[in-house]
Amino acid sequence: MTLVSGACYGVAGWLLLLGCAGIVRSRHLVHTVVSLSVAQSGTYVLLLAIGYQSGAGAPIVVKGQQLPVVDPTVQALTLTDIVVSATITALLLALTIQIARRHGTVDPDELRALRG
Amino acid sequence: MRTRDGLALVGGTGVAALLVAAFLRMPAVGEHAHVYRDLVLPAALRANTPNLVSSVNFDLRAFDTLGEETIVAAAVVGVLALLQPPDRRATPPQRGYVLPAVRFSGYLLLPVAVVLGLDVVLHGHLTPGGGFQGGVVLATGWHLLYLSGSYSALQRLRPLAWLEHAEAVATGLYVATGLTGLVVTGGFLANFLPLGRFGSLLSAGTVPLLSVLVGLEVAAGVIVLLSRFLAHGLGHAR
Repeated sequence: MTLVSGACYGVAGWLLLLGCAGIVRSRHLVHTVVSLSVAQSGTYVLLLAIGYQSGAGAPIVVKGQQLPVVDPTVQALTLTDIVVSATITALLLALTIQIARRHGTVDPDELRALRG
Repeated sequence: MRTRDGLALVGGTGVAALLVAAFLRMPAVGEHAHVYRDLVLPAALRANTPNLVSSVNFDLRAFDTLGEETIVAAAVVGVLALLQPPDRRATPPQRGYVLPAVRFSGYLLLPVAVVLGLDVVLHGHLTPGGGFQGGVVLATGWHLLYLSGSYSALQRLRPLAWLEHAEAVATGLYVATGLTGLVVTGGFLANFLPLGRFGSLLSAGTVPLLSVLVGLEVAAGVIVLLSRFLAHGLGHAR
């Protein structure tokens, strides 16, 4: 395995595990939501690493374009990934506001019972 | 160390081992074999779309983008349902002190951000960008008004009722475009418009149309979304 592969895959896996650790050890729901975003950003790195080709140009065809280009499919998937991440963050933050209003706390450990 | 941390450590170590095992068998980063790239490039060139990522998003995988767009719409609806505006009509938020430099750069950057957002949306098929990115630039650029300290100006220049309709209409028009493609060519979301000259503004068929619709939907959706969060944070009804 080359150094670049190790670095890319390593960073992707590291971000995923770091985000999960943040979720587990979280003492504040906003921190939990941000940790989830960190975990998800590992997938961006992984997808872009898969599509990368050393010495290749950007996937925009213009005059004097350097061919070959990197894989645009995974870049489009990364865009989808980011959109999903943003919407989930928005929804979870809305839920956090609701929880803070109903339970008066945003510490996951102090949330014991479900309340309507 | 709590029990939960210990459990997470064991689980995390297991996941890490699996990840390493998987990564060791993956192809090295930077290699030359990219099957999808080799398929996308000629398809995008046939459709006169210089931006291959936009070609994937709004032509080859346009159906998936419909789902993606629906996710955004669903998130907006979800936030609107979760965050009902507070009942009490509190006093309007007081004007806080904003540094003149912040205010000045806010007003300076507002037109720049709006023009940049429009550019990113409209040229999504030619240059880096597209509906999603441009929509977010437009929506967040609009909130420079709030950062500049004039929330009342933001409220006046933010027709929420219209934006809610615009979001729904843009999502509906995306489906309508797809159905038109189905009627004209026999494929849902197939490219049925004339492809134009390579690299000109009106080219690439339905790609810029779908990109603009997504840009409208995302911009309107994000503004509506942020309005509800702002209303909550500032404690007033709408």
